[in-house]
Order: sequence, then structure tokens, then C-alpha cells
Amino acid sequence: MGQYIRRRLLQMIPLMIGISLIIFMIIQAAPGGPEGMLLETGRFIDPQVIENYRHRLGVDQPVYVQYYKWITAALTGDFGISFQTTRPVMDMIIERLPATLELMAVSFMFAALIALPLGIYSALHQYSALDFLGTAISFLGIAMPVFWFGLILQLVFSVRLGWLPVAGTSTVGDTSFLDHIQHLILPSIVLSLHYIAGWSRYMRSSLLAVIHSDYIRTARAKGLKEHLVTIRHALKNAMIPVVSIMALNLASLFSGAVITETIFAWPGIGRLFIQSMYARDYPMLMGILMMGSFMVVFFNLLADLVYGWLDPRISYN
Amino acid sequence: MAVQNTILADANLSTKAVPQRVLVWEAFKRHKLAMISAVVFFIMMVACFAAPLIAPYEFDAINLGAIRQPPSMENLMGTDDLGRDLFTRILYGGRISILIGIFSALVGTGVGALVGSVAGFYGGKLDNYLMRFTDMAYSIPTLPLLIVLSSFTKAAVPMMVAIIGFLSWMPTARVVRGSVLSIKEKEFVEAARMIGAPDHTIIGRHILPNAIGPIIVGVTLGVGNAIIVESSLSFLGLGVQPPTPTWGNMLMDSQSTMATKPWLTIFPGMAILLIVLSVNFLGDGLQDALDPTLRKR
Repeated sequence: MGQYIRRRLLQMIPLMIGISLIIFMIIQAAPGGPEGMLLETGRFIDPQVIENYRHRLGVDQPVYVQYYKWITAALTGDFGISFQTTRPVMDMIIERLPATLELMAVSFMFAALIALPLGIYSALHQYSALDFLGTAISFLGIAMPVFWFGLILQLVFSVRLGWLPVAGTSTVGDTSFLDHIQHLILPSIVLSLHYIAGWSRYMRSSLLAVIHSDYIRTARAKGLKEHLVTIRHALKNAMIPVVSIMALNLASLFSGAVITETIFAWPGIGRLFIQSMYARDYPMLMGILMMGSFMVVFFNLLADLVYGWLDPRISYN
Repeated sequence: MAVQNTILADANLSTKAVPQRVLVWEAFKRHKLAMISAVVFFIMMVACFAAPLIAPYEFDAINLGAIRQPPSMENLMGTDDLGRDLFTRILYGGRISILIGIFSALVGTGVGALVGSVAGFYGGKLDNYLMRFTDMAYSIPTLPLLIVLSSFTKAAVPMMVAIIGFLSWMPTARVVRGSVLSIKEKEFVEAARMIGAPDHTIIGRHILPNAIGPIIVGVTLGVGNAIIVESSLSFLGLGVQPPTPTWGNMLMDSQSTMATKPWLTIFPGMAILLIVLSVNFLGDGLQDALDPTLRKR
């Protein structure tokens, strides 16, 4: 097992290098470059000023030199200086990261708490009313545009009913935890909808497949009590693929957070990404993309390991 | 022989071979939900593309006497800030959204099928490199990358199709590669090789038609995904720009006045929801119909 982990970790390195190349080349293709912001003001700017600006940022060097400098610095955690604020990119990311992580964690747990029981109930009571409701929610959740769902929730619960706050992490002047929780509710619901839909369906089909299998029939034939059969045998085995899907999706929560944070003005990485995009802040964009990719790769590895650990049929040697 | 013929004749059994598409169609018809969704999707498509014929107004017809009206008999879905009829704009907006959706799905699935079949067929180092590249592309968070790419360009329809398609080929590539790997081992492929058929013939005439199931499902589900992605990008101001309406940028415009004019937010979103929902049901039905192992007995 340790061998396998080591091998996978080593494989991550060329993968991340390849990803960094793709990200770097894409950003390099941006029209206008960092001086685009200056030029867009429409006022006349002395070409020499632009030259100096480019030189100061280091973008007048050949592409491979830029890449080399960027990647070697990135390996030490230095992603350069943000164009927007002239502060180090890493500092700004670390500042915003907790907010996004909090949103991701709460959404993940909320989705798991709802999706798994729903899926289990649906599988055990197939074709019941709740099963159809669950299936309907699943289809709706997958088809619903996330940002629209957020807008509608804001409309109903914040504007019309006034139950929950519209945006932000807390009301000005109110530092209580309860207030923060209130602000957390709507964004978490919006972010988790997609995953509730997917996971409940997956749980349902996984458990259904297990319930009809031979070894469960054997357990019942042996006279084992029904709930024991379900929990000890069926559920444990049905959970395995579901858990690995959940681990895989953990990384895509990051993508989903981009839109959710924008709608709810949540001060996290997603919103920082959008702001950096408008500001053409390329070092920041590259830093966030790299971080996001790293999370995806890391959680993929985690999902594989968890799956291998949980499934007794798989051994790594 | 005569006895057998009599038995068969008596039993009224047909001895004609039934082409696979008939089998698939029969299986599909059993999925009532998928059939209904197919009809709904078709109606929506026709409605949007026939917009000039059925829309009650011009899509940019400004009527300052009737601005900000809630839904009424004159304006089925209300009007916006400039008095433009929302129903008309939804019909016209649907053209762009659906167009981008369909073509992005085709591009994405086409590229994916190409990559997957080449990788699966040739195997070895080519397969290794292609799959490594697919993994890399898969690992970069899609939406942020799409956001960056669309911010670079003046987002016209072909560019949007290219961008969205460019980032949706990966799942299809993996699935097609799996299909190709298993089909490759079948006897008829070996037979084709023995009579000297060139590689591209084998792929084109033997392997791909048998792997068509996941490809078709990929295209169908890809349409829904592409429509959602396009509307998300337009919502952020990055997609097709106003005044050309798409459902996404209508939602962008309506966001600021959501409290007082909720119909401007509700209807475009519901249009997106409805079309993606029907396309998803359609894809599900197709998946069940095309994969004989999943068919209910």
C-alpha cells in the first residue's frame, strides 16, 4: 500500500507540471497582457511608461524564461505579486481561503446528510412516494442552473419573506455566531443542491444493486434480522462507490463555489477569482487555477485510496 | 423442413431480421418520461427557431408606454425596463442558447470520440500519452478555466461553441476508449483485419458504429450541460453580449431588479430548467434503450 501511495505521489509531479504548462500557456494567450488595463482607460500613455511597466512585471522576457521563473517560485509557494493590490498572491489567497473552505465543508456535510438517507430510503422503499420525490429532486437538482437557484432562493427567502440575509458573511456590527450561521444557510443550500441530486441517485442505485445480490440473499436465508442485514452487510458494501464519488466531487465544489460566492457576495477564493478576472490580474488567476488543480488531483488520489482501503477486494501490491 | 415451416407459419412468428435501430426505438418508446421529454424538447426547439413566425412582438421592439409590466394578456411574460416583451425575448434567446448547446455538445463529443477511439484502438504509448493528457485536462477546474477563456475573446457564438466544446471532450474520450478496447477484441474486427481493411476503415465502419451508444448519450447529456454552462457564463457577463438575447444574459440584466420585477428572473431560468430537464430525461431514456444490459425485462 505504501508503495502504491509513493508511486501515485510521484505521478502527481509530472501531472502538476503538465497542468502548470497548460495554465501558463492559456494565460499567456490573453490579449492585451497586463498592460491591457492601462490601455483600456483610453487615455494616451507614453509607450515608455508601458515599457517600464512591462519590464517591472517581467513580462518583456522570453516566454520560457517567464515560465521558468514562475514555476520555480511557485514550488516555494511564491506565486508572484498581484496586479490589483501589489500584495503577494499567496497572502491574498490564504486570506480568502478559510471562507471558501468553510462554505465547501458545510455544503459537503449538508449534502451528505440529506443525500445519503434519501438514497437509502429510496432504495429500500422503491416506488414509494418519497422515492419519487427523491428522484424528482435529483433530476431537478441536476438540471437547475446553480446561479438561478441562488437568485430564486434570495428572492423568496431574503427579499419576500425576510427570513434570511441576502448576502455576505455577517451583518455589519453583529459578530455573533448565530448571525454567521444565518448567512451560511442560503449559500450552502445552493452549493449543495447539485451534489444532493447526484449522490442520492448514486446511493440509491448502488444500494439497489447490492440488495439484489446473492450474498444478501444468503444472509436473509440464514435468518438474519432484516435491519441487521441492511446495515451491516448491504450498506457497508453499497457505501464504497458512493464514498469515492463524494471524495471526487469534493474538488468540484471549488468550481461551484465560484458562482455561489459571486451571488451571495461571499468573500472567498471564488469571488477573488472573478474579481481578478475583471482586473486582468494574471498572477492571481494562475495562482488560483494552480491551487484548484492541485486540489482536484489531490482529492482524486484521496478518492482512489479511500476506495482501495474500503473495498476488501482491492489490494495494492 | 416442411414441418418446421408449418410450425413457424402457425405460430405467426416473423423470421425477418430486425435492425438494431428498431429494437432501440421500441425500448425507447417504453420510457414514457423520455418520450414526453423528447416531445417537449422538440416543441421548445421549434418554438425558438420559429420565433419570427410566432413571437407576438419584435425582440427589440421598445414600447416605452408599457415598461416593467408584470405578466398580463398583452405580454404573456411581462415586459422589461424598455418595454420589450419577455416572451418574445425568451423565444429569440432560446435560439442562441439551444444553438450553442447543440453545437458545443457535438464538438465536444466529436473530439472526445476521436481521442477515445484513437487511444483505444492503437493502444500502447499513444494511448498512454493521450490518456495522460486527458487526465491533465480533466484536473483543471472547468468553470474557472472557461471563465478565463471567455474573458479573452469577444464572445460570439462560434467562439462560445469552441470554448465550451473544448472543455467537455474528456468524459466522452474515456468512455469511448473503454468501449473501443472491448470491441477491438471481437471476431469481426479480427476478420476485417485479415482481409486487409485499413485502420481508418476498421475504426469507421466496424468499431465506431458499435460504440455509438455512449456517444449518442454523451451528445444528449452534453447539450444540457452546455446550455447550463453558456447561461452561467452569460450571467457573469462573459458570454454572448446584449442586445443579442440569451437566457443567461437576460438573467444578468434582471438580477439587479429582482425584487421589484421577479418575472424577469423567473421565466428565463425556468426556460433553462425545462429544456435541460427534458434533455436529461431524453438522455436517460436513450441510455437505457441503447444499452441492452440495462434494459428492464
